[in-house]
Amino acid sequence: MRRIRNLMKTPEGMAGFGILATLILVALFAPVLSPGDPLRIAGDPLLAPFVDPAFPLGTDRLGRDVLAGIIHGTRTSLAVGIAAAIAAIAIGLCVGLAAGFAGGLVEEALMRVIDAFQIVPSFLLALAFVSVIGASVPVVVLAIALGAWADPARLTRAQVLSIRERDYVAAARVIGMHPVEIAWKEILPNALPPVLALSAIIVAAAILTEAALSFLGLGDPNIVTWGSMIAEGRNVLRSSPSLSIFPGIALVVTVIGVYLLSEGFGKTLAGSEA
Amino acid sequence: MLLDIANLSKRFSSGGRDVAALNDVSLTLPPGETLGLVGASGSGKSTLARILLRLTSADAGSIRFEGKDWLALSGAELRRRRAKMQMVFQDVLGAFNPRATVASVLGDPLRIHDIVPKVERPREIATLLERVGLPASYASRSIREVSGGQRQRIAIARAIATRPSLIVLDEAVSALDVSIRGKILELLVELQQERGIACLFVSHDLAVLRAVSHRIAVMEAGRLVEIASARQVIENPQSSAARALIAAVPRLVTGMPERPHHDV
Repeated sequence: MRRIRNLMKTPEGMAGFGILATLILVALFAPVLSPGDPLRIAGDPLLAPFVDPAFPLGTDRLGRDVLAGIIHGTRTSLAVGIAAAIAAIAIGLCVGLAAGFAGGLVEEALMRVIDAFQIVPSFLLALAFVSVIGASVPVVVLAIALGAWADPARLTRAQVLSIRERDYVAAARVIGMHPVEIAWKEILPNALPPVLALSAIIVAAAILTEAALSFLGLGDPNIVTWGSMIAEGRNVLRSSPSLSIFPGIALVVTVIGVYLLSEGFGKTLAGSEA
Repeated sequence: MLLDIANLSKRFSSGGRDVAALNDVSLTLPPGETLGLVGASGSGKSTLARILLRLTSADAGSIRFEGKDWLALSGAELRRRRAKMQMVFQDVLGAFNPRATVASVLGDPLRIHDIVPKVERPREIATLLERVGLPASYASRSIREVSGGQRQRIAIARAIATRPSLIVLDEAVSALDVSIRGKILELLVELQQERGIACLFVSHDLAVLRAVSHRIAVMEAGRLVEIASARQVIENPQSSAARALIAAVPRLVTGMPERPHHDV
């Protein structure tokens, strides 16, 4: 709770929190805000925006409601982004902790695996993964996490290496604490904050990767996503640019919101450590 | 002998240079005695303390503690016997997990070594706090809410919680305000006499060691160059390292009061 109050004191944190809270509410209440299947044909095709009050943002080539698409697309973007970030951080924490503790050969081996994943462009990896296994939400989440876990793993290892030499870890050893308890109680909680600050950046990257995948037609075809809406609008980009612009704006706002929040977190963390 | 260190050596290699942190150090410590270990920085005294606590490994030599080969212990057996040798650190900030509370700092050793049954733990914590001169109500405080001098009292309480026979104090009062330093030293001497705990008091400050030590050992460049009663070392130093350390503390030779009551 204190963290959140501190977060609200920074302007970035407040703005980011506001944007994301709104988006989460939109995602949660999407069926209320815009009832029915967003992919159904709702009206005349290619209605211009701000003309028909029933379709404030117009309709696409098939007559689907753009506003409904954006509202329901929020769900996919946030869900995939957050799930992928959680998966990436969970994998990264485990690998980083193991590498930092084990040392020696195990650490070397794990670090080379991390190197390998950092060298391969994460989008290419996700693209290959989804193309081979097939497009569905869990596969997309896994594909994005696979390209994103290396950074948190590296950061966790660095944290563990530094914290492991602190006096309070020595003190815990002196009182005879078991190494597993030292790892969980003394080291992990203190290694966590910077890794969590990184999580916002991973969420933002995951949202963009998901949009890019669906833009290329590798998203789940049964749900509406901003990426697939932009791809759909590309065919009529000259005559109806708004079809691509509105989901694009939604994407930009979301990513900016996440970055602002992470900036705010970074500031509060820096403040609390001083 | 409670502690018998023989021919201990340790080398560090840093930046291509091979430095002898400890070079063939031998000393003994009977139960209940306070041995001051003094030396300029880099003389190897902290390395000796860390090897003693099994925080760093030694290259050669042996340590017998309470009659057992201390360096041969490992795993659960080592953790169990660690109760008998405790440490107080120099850095009053760094020696505690920033997330800890006073109760968890003192509760951990009590729990790990099962010193008292679980139901009596809060009372034992209160007793420990009162013994080091803090109100029992401090137990619920976060370690961040406690001042430097009070933290060092808590560190001492943590060290005596497991009922050790030896406490190693690594520059335990160097980071403290001078006005608090005297009180902490008084507390240490008091506890030491009351419980018969032996102390290895590592410091660069001869004035502090003179106030608490029975004997003083002087280290220089990883070697033990002099070991004698505190009075002898200060009044009649044999080594150039001891003379240099005494010269660095002029107030020592120009009339400090006699060291109180607990002479050997």
